[in-house]
Amino acid sequence: MSKKDIIICRCEDITLADIHKCLEQGYTTFEELKRILRVGMGPCQGQTCSSLIQKEIAIFLKKKAEDVLLQKTRPLVTGVKLQDIADSADE
Amino acid sequence: MDKFDLVIIGGGPAGLSAARIALEAGLSVTLIDRSISLGGQLIKQTHKFFGSKAQYAKTRGIDIANILINDLDEYKDRLHILKEATVVALYKDYVITVYQFNKYFKIQAKSIIVATGASEKVLAFENNDLPGIYGAGAVQTLMNLYGVLPGKEVVMVGSGNIGLIVSYQMIQAGVKVKALLEASDHIGGYLVHASKLVRLGVPILTRTTVKKAYGKNKLEKIQTVELDEQWNYIEGTETEISCDALCISVGLTPLHQLLSMAEIDMIYVNELGGLIPKLKKNYETSMPRVFACGDVTGIEEASSAMVEGKLAGLLASKSLGFIHPEFELLEKNLVEQLNNLRQGPCGVKIRLGLEKAEVNSHD
Repeated sequence: MSKKDIIICRCEDITLADIHKCLEQGYTTFEELKRILRVGMGPCQGQTCSSLIQKEIAIFLKKKAEDVLLQKTRPLVTGVKLQDIADSADE
Repeated sequence: MDKFDLVIIGGGPAGLSAARIALEAGLSVTLIDRSISLGGQLIKQTHKFFGSKAQYAKTRGIDIANILINDLDEYKDRLHILKEATVVALYKDYVITVYQFNKYFKIQAKSIIVATGASEKVLAFENNDLPGIYGAGAVQTLMNLYGVLPGKEVVMVGSGNIGLIVSYQMIQAGVKVKALLEASDHIGGYLVHASKLVRLGVPILTRTTVKKAYGKNKLEKIQTVELDEQWNYIEGTETEISCDALCISVGLTPLHQLLSMAEIDMIYVNELGGLIPKLKKNYETSMPRVFACGDVTGIEEASSAMVEGKLAGLLASKSLGFIHPEFELLEKNLVEQLNNLRQGPCGVKIRLGLEKAEVNSHD
């Protein structure tokens, strides 16, 4: 199986090979993976990859998927142009 | 900053139903939806619904959407609809930020009903980024909204109702459905839908999934593999199927982001598709006067979303001091409808999941 051909986070183009490499280096929480790989930080904000990553962490740590914490959700849910935010600042 | 009594986020079956009841109860409602038209996923559902008359059985999804939308007409003076408007954030001080036509603006709500629905789950397999690999929602959008075929020969992954119905619709549209793969040992959706496919010659392969996709610039064929009881690949069972489209329909997951970012109490419930809000019996989350209903509170059918929307609208209105003229009758009737929809073996998972998320109070 070629792990580098399995896309996990399509927004940031992160593969299963990237995820496994990080897990083996000891980064075993979603928050750590997010900071290193930017998974879940693209346009969909993790809506697509989060359950796949949760499952990979669970397998690696031999836990149940539901016991693996998902990433922290912060505003905004999707991309907004800085110009548009700036234009609204005086309101 | 504009201030509103009740803001409903999401204009799908749950949000529209909640809006109608809240309007009947006398509230002013602001309904926000990110799409061009209201109706959510109903607008791409060309099939007739199952269930009972109260949930529009025998009516097509698209027609149900129109009924729910037209039902709001008589309350135009108290209803404010924002379309093509994405709610991009929900804050603890009841400020909601909206992005519409490249304008970013804030509104404040006294109370909120979150009915954001769900998004599709995806699968990890080799070359899963090849053109020709779709989610079932995308196939429905292409075919049923825009009249575009996804391909000539397709393999469907997932035998829930969506996978079964979309397979049937593709056949009706002239697409050859070469196989339907199901990772578990049984068909997930209604057997009446599955039987139709089998009669039309579609092989349904249980305990089988997609392992790899092949193709130079686009999908040309897939490799399937059988799974053991622990869902592991059984080496040596690989088989190839040529196809130019692969449709993934492996379940939905609640669109929880707005609730999560406001630090509302959430719980991960596998049976209901992912992270959902802990709810009191009146659909109130841990943030006072913020309610949730529909798929964002756990994945079910659109029929349940409509009933839940009505019930949430009814109970939310009451807790805001607007008691619906037929409150008691409606409450009893809606609770009964929900119980009926969730009874039997198909509802076991849902009942189990909902129990986990229900709380008596938010302390």
